[in-house]
Amino acid sequence: MFVSLNWLKNYVDIDSLSSEELAEKITKTGIEVDGIEYIAEKSRGVVVGYVETCDQHPNADKLNICQVDVGEEQLQIICGAPNVRQGQKVVVAKPGAVLPKNFKIKKVKLRGVESNGMICSLQELGIEEKYVPKDIAEGIFVFPDDVTVGEDVEPLLNLNDAVLEFDLTPNRSDALSMLGVAYETAAILGQDVKLPEETVHSAAEKAADYVSVSVKDPDLNPYYGAFIARDITIKPAPLWMRNALIAAGIRPINNVVDITNYVLLEYGQPLHAFDYDQFGSEQIVTRRAGQHENMTTLDGEERTLSNENLVITNGKEPVALAGVMGGLNTEVTDDTTTVLLEAAYFAPSTVRTSVNDTGLRSDSSTRFEKGVDPNRVEKAGWRACHLLETYAGATILAGPVSFDALDRSEKTVEMETDEINKRLGTAVTADDVVSILNKLQFSFEQDKDTFVVHVPTRRGDIAIFEDMLEEVARIYGYDQLPFTLPEGASQAGGLTGKQQLKREVKQYLQSAGLMETITYSLTDEAMIDKLISPELKEKRPTPVQLAMPMSEDHKYLRLSILPELLKTLAHNRARTQSDIHYYELGSVFVTNGEPITRQPDEKLRLAGALTGLWISHPWQQEKKPVDFYLVKGIVEGLFDYLDIPAAFEQVELPDMHPGRCATISINDRTVGFLGQLHPAFEKSMDLKETYVFDMNLEAVLDDYTNTTGYRPIPKYPSIARDIAFIVDEDIKAGAIQEAIAEAGDPLVKNVQIFDVYKGEHLPEGKKSIAYSLFYQDPDKTLKDDEVEQSYQQIVSTINEKFNAYVRS
Amino acid sequence: MKEQLETIRQEATARIKEAENLKELQDIKVTYLGKKGSLTSVLRGMGKLSKEERPVVGEIANKVREAITNEIDEKTETLEKKALEEKLRNEAIDVTLPGRPVQVGGPHLLTGIIEEIEDLFIGMGYEVREGPEVETDYFNFEALNLPKGHPARDMHDTFYITNNLLLRTHTSPVQARTMQQYGGMQPVKMICPGKVYRRDTDDATHSHQFTQIEGLYVDANVRMSDLKGTLNTFAKSMFGEDREIRLRPSFFPFTEPSVEMDISCKVCKGDGCSVCKHSGWIEILGGGMVHPNVLEMAGYDSEKYTGFAFGMGPERIAMLKYGIDDIRHFYTNDKRFLTQYHHAKGGAL
Repeated sequence: MFVSLNWLKNYVDIDSLSSEELAEKITKTGIEVDGIEYIAEKSRGVVVGYVETCDQHPNADKLNICQVDVGEEQLQIICGAPNVRQGQKVVVAKPGAVLPKNFKIKKVKLRGVESNGMICSLQELGIEEKYVPKDIAEGIFVFPDDVTVGEDVEPLLNLNDAVLEFDLTPNRSDALSMLGVAYETAAILGQDVKLPEETVHSAAEKAADYVSVSVKDPDLNPYYGAFIARDITIKPAPLWMRNALIAAGIRPINNVVDITNYVLLEYGQPLHAFDYDQFGSEQIVTRRAGQHENMTTLDGEERTLSNENLVITNGKEPVALAGVMGGLNTEVTDDTTTVLLEAAYFAPSTVRTSVNDTGLRSDSSTRFEKGVDPNRVEKAGWRACHLLETYAGATILAGPVSFDALDRSEKTVEMETDEINKRLGTAVTADDVVSILNKLQFSFEQDKDTFVVHVPTRRGDIAIFEDMLEEVARIYGYDQLPFTLPEGASQAGGLTGKQQLKREVKQYLQSAGLMETITYSLTDEAMIDKLISPELKEKRPTPVQLAMPMSEDHKYLRLSILPELLKTLAHNRARTQSDIHYYELGSVFVTNGEPITRQPDEKLRLAGALTGLWISHPWQQEKKPVDFYLVKGIVEGLFDYLDIPAAFEQVELPDMHPGRCATISINDRTVGFLGQLHPAFEKSMDLKETYVFDMNLEAVLDDYTNTTGYRPIPKYPSIARDIAFIVDEDIKAGAIQEAIAEAGDPLVKNVQIFDVYKGEHLPEGKKSIAYSLFYQDPDKTLKDDEVEQSYQQIVSTINEKFNAYVRS
Repeated sequence: MKEQLETIRQEATARIKEAENLKELQDIKVTYLGKKGSLTSVLRGMGKLSKEERPVVGEIANKVREAITNEIDEKTETLEKKALEEKLRNEAIDVTLPGRPVQVGGPHLLTGIIEEIEDLFIGMGYEVREGPEVETDYFNFEALNLPKGHPARDMHDTFYITNNLLLRTHTSPVQARTMQQYGGMQPVKMICPGKVYRRDTDDATHSHQFTQIEGLYVDANVRMSDLKGTLNTFAKSMFGEDREIRLRPSFFPFTEPSVEMDISCKVCKGDGCSVCKHSGWIEILGGGMVHPNVLEMAGYDSEKYTGFAFGMGPERIAMLKYGIDDIRHFYTNDKRFLTQYHHAKGGAL
């Protein structure tokens, strides 16, 4: 909503405040003023001039030499506008004048003839082209005759106006009208509202002789008033009205259309003017549209309707989609002489439906959708008739013809000062409440500290005590509320164990060198089934798809964090950021079966993606690319950190390197996977060698048990023994390690691999794996023969189990 | 023999003095003091001396031995020191060459901000609650006093999955869920951070996915001034003691009265600048007193219980705090962006 302050001054006295001060007060009291716009930049030395003569330039076809009277003097001005004529009153920038954008007017010679100033268009005065009436868009502005030659144009054209831009919250539709804004401003400033003139000298002739009104569905259309205005002359609206519309962001058209728009903005009540002679009948019938009924709206579009839409008909066919748009055939034109003026109340629900069905949203529909003031519908009609009488020469017939089942009653709200203070934490008195209600111009009955407030219908947002509480609080002033802290019983706040653990997991990964990311939960069709962890894939989840995605890129809820995470790696690589080590913690969305009827399970997963160099220290020739074991080390470190034993097993998964991928499991249950991406997949994503991990963090954290005991520090020394086995190449080091630990139990406390070798000195198809074994007895110092015995036990077990032999 | 001893001593002293390294010194030691050394052989000849002469010469010989030994030890120490100095000189390096880089990770900027806010409210006795990102129409709208067809639903461009399922447009459903879980029986004091979604085209100021953090406090006799005091405490801890807050009336369907909170602009201290759009104030969050319909729907007797709620956008806070000009940076995860916020906590807006 654009609020012209010059317009607002008609109803409430705001002269004591600057526009900035007023904006600040309005903002603090409840309507956010988003900005203050000035109609035009300051001009200087621009006055009304009278074109005495207008003759063609001898040396230029398109130029005219005008002798212009500007009051104190007569100026010869060359003008190129196609619409300049002798006898016009025009805008003249005299020599020395300054127009917006610091455009200085000087005496010049044009094609050999002196020009002492400029005759201006509205655009040249700084008015935006879109508000300039179409017929003068290409030419100069022409004043009506009643302006005085030599007068400053600034007030005449409202160039000194400031416009407040209101950012209205949905509840404050009362401020979608200048009167509503006037009441709000008056409440803030403690002033009265001066209401507009609505008197009409009705003719004896009755509107009812011209038209009848019949309403088929009073729920959707509880009031319909039809006014008849005869003997109309279509011409431009008065200058002040055109100025007001331009300030409000509406382009002036002609007096009839401008008057309906003006009253729409003034009262917040949309009106519609039909050309009576084109109406096609003498009856108005409003009804629900038939299923698949067609009509052509004002914009020339053919619309197919349903019975949720309300239409205005002439008894035969629709002439308007109620509250949204009129029909093409009944539009007011330059030839119109009799106007049928509609002032109606349409139910918000039907207008809302029609707007959604047609996509047509207008100043009218916006107001109907929010619910107009039932007590202003007919008044707005009278106001428009008053203006038609005054500015279009109309004769208003006795009327209106109406259907009326409209509820105009006021809601009542009860309140007590005690309860107000209890809720607000204030100490307002009954007198304070009286003063506030008076400022709001709400009527009320008072019994000491108890009030029964009659809420005016213009404030449709107020229905219950809490609504009135807000009114009291905001007029009292939110800045007058004290600062207190809750007095209820205090409780210890905190994170749950799982929330704490989640933070620790993040801290671990960050100290391990990974950077946290947050990517989009929505992914595209090509990616939705990629890199889903095997234990999840097994469940054959149904991808959750948006009903109306904004783009193909964000259409499905992810089943894996990795695809969007990998996109960020590609984004970085494309910007020469090639060493990336990222992780993300977030939900994936799992459901089964179609159609989807339940909320999907949201599984918390932890994923990482690493590519490029891990260590880069060139001058010391140190360069370590990210590899499988780096990523595995980070994952293993996490499980160590959480003290959860995890196992890794070779696996082949789609889009993963067939030889470099492992499942992660705890207690024989797969919880995730890690490995290198398949080179073909890497290429398809514009990535170089990239390693990923992904796990069900919820399952991992469920397995976490907080250590509350204590493991004694061993008192006796440990003994280390090294051993190397030669085995077939395809034997897994992990399996041997496990077998060693088992055979060496309980004396072997730790087994570490320190060498893996293939090649020279070994038979074809064989490899050597060397382990360090650490023996320890918690209760005594180990003896050599005990260690030797265990060592031999391990050797024979491994030899047997893996067809291995000890490398000497 | 005395002369002989004196000669040995002089000779040895001279050689020790000239010795240039530990090896030479060792040789000298062997030459004079070793088993076959000259001093030793002189002493061997002592047997030929008379009874009277023997102790005298013996004493002299011991003194000579002692003197040579001392000289050798002294010289050894000198040479060792010199050798060490030499070694250290050779070990000198160019300290201006760069060190070996350490891989440093860090939290995402939004996580930093969310955890900072969490910790602030935890300190005031709040618990942290989470809820699903795919919500039902009921919890996202209806339970929050936004029935079907309510015009305020237009404030939320919603990603629907089915007629009933949607991506939550705010974290407020967690409020409704928590209250319902508590069944109207006990006070609620919680904050809920999380991801939310709106049907927006991504640009510098819009993102179809963003984060919110909301707070809710329901108890007997909660006043609007408590909301003001709580937000003031929050704002001063989060943004700095010198910051002022201002509440303005606003509208949210789930609160009545509703507020928007501004904090005084740090840059211009209220005088007006481009950061605060010349108002002196920066809008930080929205809130209000929980609407009685919301309380009743969750099973709380609105005659007995009142409460306040508030919500804010970590992206907005981060953008204001660090002067970030494009919301998409949070989700593009450009390394050059992320690494600027290794330590996202602390500092004032």
